[in-house]
Amino acid sequence: MPNNATRLPHDYLRHDKKFPHVWCPGCGNGIVLGSLIRAIDNIGLEKDEIVMASGIGCSGRLPVYVDFNTLHTTHGRALTFATGIKLAKPSLKVIAVMGDGDATAIGGNHFIHAARRNLDLTAIIINNQIFGMTGGQYSPTTPYGCKASTALYGNIEHAFSIAELAVTAGASYVARSSVFHAKLLDKIIAQGIQRRGFSVIVAMSNCHVQYGRRNQMGSPVIMMEWLRDHAVRIEKAGDLPAKDLQDKFTIGVLADVDKPDYIEEYQKIRERAKEG
Amino acid sequence: MKEDRYEIRLSGSGGQGIILAAVILAEAVGIADNKYVCQTQSYGPEARGGKSKAEVVISERPIDYPKAMKLDLLLAMNQASCDAYFYDFKPNGLLLVDSTFVEQIPTSRSVAIPFTQIAREKLGKEIVANMVALGAVGQLCPMVSVSNLEKALVARAPKGTKELNRKALREGIKAAKKFNLHALPRSISPEEEEEI
Amino acid sequence: MANNDPPKKLLLQGNEAIVEGALAAGCRFFAGYPITPASEISEMMSVRLPRQDGTFIQMEDEIASMGAVVGASLAGVKSMTATSGPGFSLMQENLGFACITETPCVIVNVMRGGPSTGLPTSPAQGDVMQARWGTHGDHPVIVLAVSSVGDCFDITIHAFNLSEKYRVPVIILSDEVVAHTREILALPAGDKIEVIDRIRPSTPPEWYIPYEENSRGVPPMAAMGEGYRHHVTGLIHDQRGFPTQKPKETEAFMKRLFRKITHGFYEIQMTKSIMMEDAEVAVIAYGSVARSAQRAVMQARQQNIKAGLLQLITMFPFPKNAVDTALRQCRSVLVPEMNIGQISREVKRANTSDCRVLKYNRIDGQIITPTEIFTELKDM
Repeated sequence: MPNNATRLPHDYLRHDKKFPHVWCPGCGNGIVLGSLIRAIDNIGLEKDEIVMASGIGCSGRLPVYVDFNTLHTTHGRALTFATGIKLAKPSLKVIAVMGDGDATAIGGNHFIHAARRNLDLTAIIINNQIFGMTGGQYSPTTPYGCKASTALYGNIEHAFSIAELAVTAGASYVARSSVFHAKLLDKIIAQGIQRRGFSVIVAMSNCHVQYGRRNQMGSPVIMMEWLRDHAVRIEKAGDLPAKDLQDKFTIGVLADVDKPDYIEEYQKIRERAKEG
Repeated sequence: MKEDRYEIRLSGSGGQGIILAAVILAEAVGIADNKYVCQTQSYGPEARGGKSKAEVVISERPIDYPKAMKLDLLLAMNQASCDAYFYDFKPNGLLLVDSTFVEQIPTSRSVAIPFTQIAREKLGKEIVANMVALGAVGQLCPMVSVSNLEKALVARAPKGTKELNRKALREGIKAAKKFNLHALPRSISPEEEEEI
Repeated sequence: MANNDPPKKLLLQGNEAIVEGALAAGCRFFAGYPITPASEISEMMSVRLPRQDGTFIQMEDEIASMGAVVGASLAGVKSMTATSGPGFSLMQENLGFACITETPCVIVNVMRGGPSTGLPTSPAQGDVMQARWGTHGDHPVIVLAVSSVGDCFDITIHAFNLSEKYRVPVIILSDEVVAHTREILALPAGDKIEVIDRIRPSTPPEWYIPYEENSRGVPPMAAMGEGYRHHVTGLIHDQRGFPTQKPKETEAFMKRLFRKITHGFYEIQMTKSIMMEDAEVAVIAYGSVARSAQRAVMQARQQNIKAGLLQLITMFPFPKNAVDTALRQCRSVLVPEMNIGQISREVKRANTSDCRVLKYNRIDGQIITPTEIFTELKDM
């Protein structure tokens, strides 16, 4: 297993792309990319079948390293491009990778509507609770009271809970894990890709450089420990008193509803239209 | 400038089917009669208020400017539209009014027919007053053949209303036939101004 | 129903003729957001596309519409959106993405009065410069203007053909008058219409270099999912599609983007001349105003004024040669526009002769009438 785990990504990386990558040492993005590769390999999808789209930010750079049909779009808009691709060629498996600011600040409107529309896309949101690439400004998921480069006196805004937002907006599959819980992450990414309809995978991640440093968690190890200590299995969360869940996040599957996706519904439209 | 176009404006209140009448007229002229035609209409808030207008420009040649400039024929289905849309009337133009609603007629070159009353009494439905009026327009306008107008109307009208609409059109044609246009003054302008 | 094809001769609004043109050109994907006075295009697409196994989708805004349009095109399907000023502003971001990734697509902007919400139901021509320079950064783009129902059909087909051939977004500028005027359109049979498709790679996937230089400057374009896996990015990229910041690679890429359009000037720059042979004064106009101008020129001719009309169909790349010829020939030229003078500035910029370039502008939401232009012509 360890052998395979380190060897496997090389089957999917672009060998004509110059490395090293742009991410800081210890960044969680690599773990998410590893999980995604393992999930795709487990399902047994062909590289040609996969489209990987991203927006802007550190997460936006994931696609360039992997040998799929890859698309690095504008800030917050990955899902809009993904929508066009999927509708134009439904045989493709379209995966959108986004950051928290990307998906829920500038792209928040696209995100909730994609969930509502229930088109068969997989959205992977790497939530490191900060705008990392631009220098540590607060994002819609930066916790209340935390510091950021635009909130040196403390963040007075309240954070979105992305997975719960996706459930409410109507996504058919929603799950959350963290880069510490990589095996669970592998599993839910694979499930998300295989489920019909809109799937949302939230990967809680670390940005020790832009977020941790300002909030007494300046190393990847400390942040990993934080992720370990603040994650609660969703199966167990129900038994815990509310005070024990404060400042915690649940991991596991939040929603798994089997319902017709947009393309199945649109096929009915085509038939009705042809009947005249 | 030598006339190369015939300009019609249909007007009334929003909901009287003014635009539909103009579209049918344009289809009759443009598709069946093979003439060039431009159909435009008031667009926006005005179309939902007291006044609605639609224009049809007809020509044997390709039409440059698509809107009416000097009206050859104005249909006014109510007083408000008659007052509002009479301003660019040609001296030798023809005003056609629904005398059910229009009492003050601003020109002697006019034909008054109670379209709404005909629709109500002979067809049992006021809603087809626009088609009665369209029949009259077809009868009085030299650019339109009434048989093509009927064909265009039948093609456009929803199933189940085709016969009613056809009857309405024919009532309008019949009512208009009673008028002799030559009995009207040739122009409402003094002779010396007519050539301008 | 045995045949869903529309009958040959139709009375159509400009907006409807754009749909007919797009479908004839092979458009099978439309994403849009409701806006006056362009909504009829969306409405008709929602009816017609599913009948042809195409896809219509109403997105959450115009940003998303433009993203979906580019996405569909990357997947190999000809795609289009339609909007008006406020929505066109929102589309600029992803329109730039289409420029840098060289993704074919067509954007219709039915112009209404601006700025901002402006005059939603009135015609205007205030978006000319936005169509050229709306998205940030230097970028090539093709902008065409329509003036009649016939144009709406023909020019839309042209727009798709140019977009496919040059891998560049093409913007069609219409206005409220053109959009809602009904005229007869004689639909030609499908096989009478020239339809151009993007060139696909002929090399095997392992040899495919997605942005490789060639003599035309337009690299073959592979659709996603056909074996030619490559990277598409809004960053400046090298020939393989990977981001680069190297000055030499950046310059070579940017220059190619412009060069491919320059090479096509002979067919991209379209104008129409009416009575220009012996004209001493001329009107340069586009869109619905060109029709008023045509009538004004006729009126002038009847009064023995040697007037002519140069109608711009291509706005950008600006048809400098045709304009220059008119300027050299005439003692004065009038540029009437429903804006404060956007194309008149381009005409003045192109003017190297003694010709006087005059403007005539309306910004009150009303079309410029033939009489207004004729009155100006009399004094030229």
